[in-house]
Amino acid sequence: MFASIRPLFVLVLFAITVSLTAKPARVNTASGLAAWDQVYSVLVSPRCINCHTATNYPQQGDDRHRHFANVVRGPDGFGVPGLNCISCHQESNADSTGVPGGLNWHLAPLSMQWQDVNDRPLSSAAVCRAVTDRSKNENMDGPALLKHHAEAFLVLWAWNPGRRPDGTMRTLPPISHDEFVAATRTWVEAGTPCPKGR
Amino acid sequence: MAKYRLTVNGSEKTVDVDPSTPLLWVLREELKMTGTKYGCGISACGACTVHVDGVATRSCVVPVSLIGKREIVTIEGVASDPVGRVVQSAWVEKDVVQCGYCQSGQIMSAVALLKATPNPTDTNIEESMGGNLCRCATYVRIREAIASASRQIKGAA
Repeated sequence: MFASIRPLFVLVLFAITVSLTAKPARVNTASGLAAWDQVYSVLVSPRCINCHTATNYPQQGDDRHRHFANVVRGPDGFGVPGLNCISCHQESNADSTGVPGGLNWHLAPLSMQWQDVNDRPLSSAAVCRAVTDRSKNENMDGPALLKHHAEAFLVLWAWNPGRRPDGTMRTLPPISHDEFVAATRTWVEAGTPCPKGR
Repeated sequence: MAKYRLTVNGSEKTVDVDPSTPLLWVLREELKMTGTKYGCGISACGACTVHVDGVATRSCVVPVSLIGKREIVTIEGVASDPVGRVVQSAWVEKDVVQCGYCQSGQIMSAVALLKATPNPTDTNIEESMGGNLCRCATYVRIREAIASASRQIKGAA
């Protein structure tokens, strides 16, 4: 009796094993790409891209002009002795003087440049490739990228950018931080797909 | 108003000021240390440069509430530092100063540069001093003085 049903038993056991161990994508690629579009809209907003330059200087303002006072990137993205980022930018925003601040204020590394040397934002596909390239992104996989977007201090600063010197509030990214994290999660669960193209 | 205990040039000072008061005005108005100058008030000229835990810092844009326990060194205290003394003497040797208004900030930035980079290139000097403006245009003499100070530091090492 058992011999006759053994093939069926083995098949059922195999199916159970596969269902417990396999991790089918819970989000399809199309949904992942749509989520990436939302993520990209934040990455190229001035609060983020101003410090993801391809040049030896940061930018400032919604018009992304070159940082005043001849500020330069320096060897590690922290400025140079005598003119470090923290010469002005403290651990938190200084709303009384209009100088933004956050812990460890610095430029993103050149490997994470999201614009070209003429200060034009890179395409969605190019930024996606850079963000998902572990040789460029400090070896972050999908879950690490999600954690970075959810918790990194300078990422969070984008939604708490303080006041300009004239007292008005700085512009926020186009979606809320909760929406940004949710979009990142969807994109990661879809396997961090990137748009095709250059 | 709030009380802050600051370490300025090695001495403890207590001030009772609004938390948003820039460090510059605490130094000048509360502590009467007027060697640090007000130039632009928006960190664009460098005249107000002091050291905060060794980092050249624009005191006009840093609220006193963000200083914490970090040590402040101003132009009044720079002669207590070996590199500071060398820079001051190089400034005299090269007769850098014209009107002098920006020079305390220039010296503080130069000291920060030479402490981190004792043998700076011209590019190092340009980049590090690029945020310190001089309306008398003493830039050539500033560069000569930094180079001279660098040679003296190397000679003493």
